[in-house]
Amino acid sequence: MTPDSSVERPGAPAAPPDAPAVQLTNVTVAYDGNRPALKGASVTIPRGSWVAVLGPNGAGKTTFFKAILGLVSPSEGEVRVFGMEPRKARRRIAYIPQREAVDWRFPLRAIDVVMMGRENHIGWRLRPRASDRQAVEQALRQVGMWEWRHAGLDELSGGQQQRLFIARALAGDAPLCLLDEPFNEVDAGTRDMLLDLFAGLVRAGRTVVVSLHDLDLARRRFPQALFINKEVVAHGPTAEVFTPAVLQRTYMEQVLKWEENGETRSVLDGHSLAPKV
Amino acid sequence: MTEWLVEPLAFEFFRRALVAAVLAAGLCAVIGVYVVLRGMAYLGGALSHAVLPGVAVAYLAGGSVFLGGLAAGIATSLGVGFVSRHNRIKEDTAIGIVLAGAFALGVAIVSAVRSYSADLTNLLFGNVLAVTPGDLWQIGGVGLVVLLAMLFLHRKWTVLAFDPAYAAASGFPVGALHYALMILLSLSIVAAMQAVGVLLVTSLLIAPPATARLTTRRVSSMMLLSVAWGALAAVAGLYASFYLNIASGAAIVLVSVLLFFVVFLFAPGQGVLAGLIRRSQPTPGRLA
Repeated sequence: MTPDSSVERPGAPAAPPDAPAVQLTNVTVAYDGNRPALKGASVTIPRGSWVAVLGPNGAGKTTFFKAILGLVSPSEGEVRVFGMEPRKARRRIAYIPQREAVDWRFPLRAIDVVMMGRENHIGWRLRPRASDRQAVEQALRQVGMWEWRHAGLDELSGGQQQRLFIARALAGDAPLCLLDEPFNEVDAGTRDMLLDLFAGLVRAGRTVVVSLHDLDLARRRFPQALFINKEVVAHGPTAEVFTPAVLQRTYMEQVLKWEENGETRSVLDGHSLAPKV
Repeated sequence: MTEWLVEPLAFEFFRRALVAAVLAAGLCAVIGVYVVLRGMAYLGGALSHAVLPGVAVAYLAGGSVFLGGLAAGIATSLGVGFVSRHNRIKEDTAIGIVLAGAFALGVAIVSAVRSYSADLTNLLFGNVLAVTPGDLWQIGGVGLVVLLAMLFLHRKWTVLAFDPAYAAASGFPVGALHYALMILLSLSIVAAMQAVGVLLVTSLLIAPPATARLTTRRVSSMMLLSVAWGALAAVAGLYASFYLNIASGAAIVLVSVLLFFVVFLFAPGQGVLAGLIRRSQPTPGRLA
């Protein structure tokens, strides 16, 4: 499974070789005449990027993902994924929903969930082929879940469930991974393991886009950051876009302050957040 | 000793009823797995009530009861989908409205003719003892169609039931998969209607898969177990109906519900009783 083989596959429409992984041009999305969830967003995510998507709840992060997946149609503007319309690019996208989105009492084994990632490869065949089973085994091993392959879903911890979702994405062999808040309620060990996994994916030439709430984690571990609050506030190398002005515009002061030793502190206090002059 | 088992088999109507009931219950048990896994028991119930107007019209006009019921079932699932697309109406509300309307329409149509009560009773509660060879072929045909569809679609339906957001994002034809399930559901309901009637067919869709769900962690084994529970309910129910002289449809449904509660209470490890025993035992390290 080389990164090259993951980019071109029979059955998938050919992509322009140099097109960026994701390109939004002046995209506005509004649901049923309400105020736009995303307004005039223009973002270009080159291939091989590793991007943290940041913003408060209701800032349009999910809408941003849905636009990339072609699950909502923009009322204005244009979305391109590898130079194609989103609907045509779906086989190239591995979407990893929030862990809370599914019922983990569902009667499946761990390995069955990962095999779902091969469904687009299996198509209308009655049974998975050897290559499908191989990809599933490799994905399970990559996330350290091979020993748990026969476990029922309700026997797994939250961190293991999250790793399973990532294994499903890996098995599908898609060059673009979209992860919706994968760090929610996972322990530190799992979090570090996921970060290492993402780093490996990026090294292999894939594009990894992750939405998260942990500003500190984003600042320390993600090379690129995209701040959204109904519109794109800033996008670029993490060190450059983590500025007080950007944080303030994104969060409007709300999550930036906390109590520590009886003192009110703010993310904006951190020297490392200041822009380099 | 086995005489009481063999005796009813001497009657051709009983043998025919046995085959019809087992096929119908097995059919419902298979498709019912997805009804239970997707949490659409209410929609299943609505569909079974809503086939009544189609069946009634076909019955009175002398047409195919089967096709009439099927058309009504498909129209209902489309209707529910259409109404629930409106912003202010949730799906269960849409189901409630469409169910009541369709069922009332069915009763109204049947009541317009003289033999009202006898006809209605037959439709509502079925009469498996009056199954004709033609009915058997029909149920068998539907069974074959459902089995074939299941072979090709079961993995995709499982993904859709487990993680609809992922299925949509991966480019699965989510709408087509949903309506394919609805059509097969309507087919199964109409085929099983003869055995237990429109009022009770829901229970054959729900009880056997729910019973199977109690003891397994895999969809595939849930399906096999579900068919086994459904078939057992059909056989035991028919014998009960024969010896106790009670309505066959009601007997089959009663057995299927009874089986659910037996497993619910007494299943080793998973059952309620096993849980109580576990809890009452002193945990190590804790003083009494």
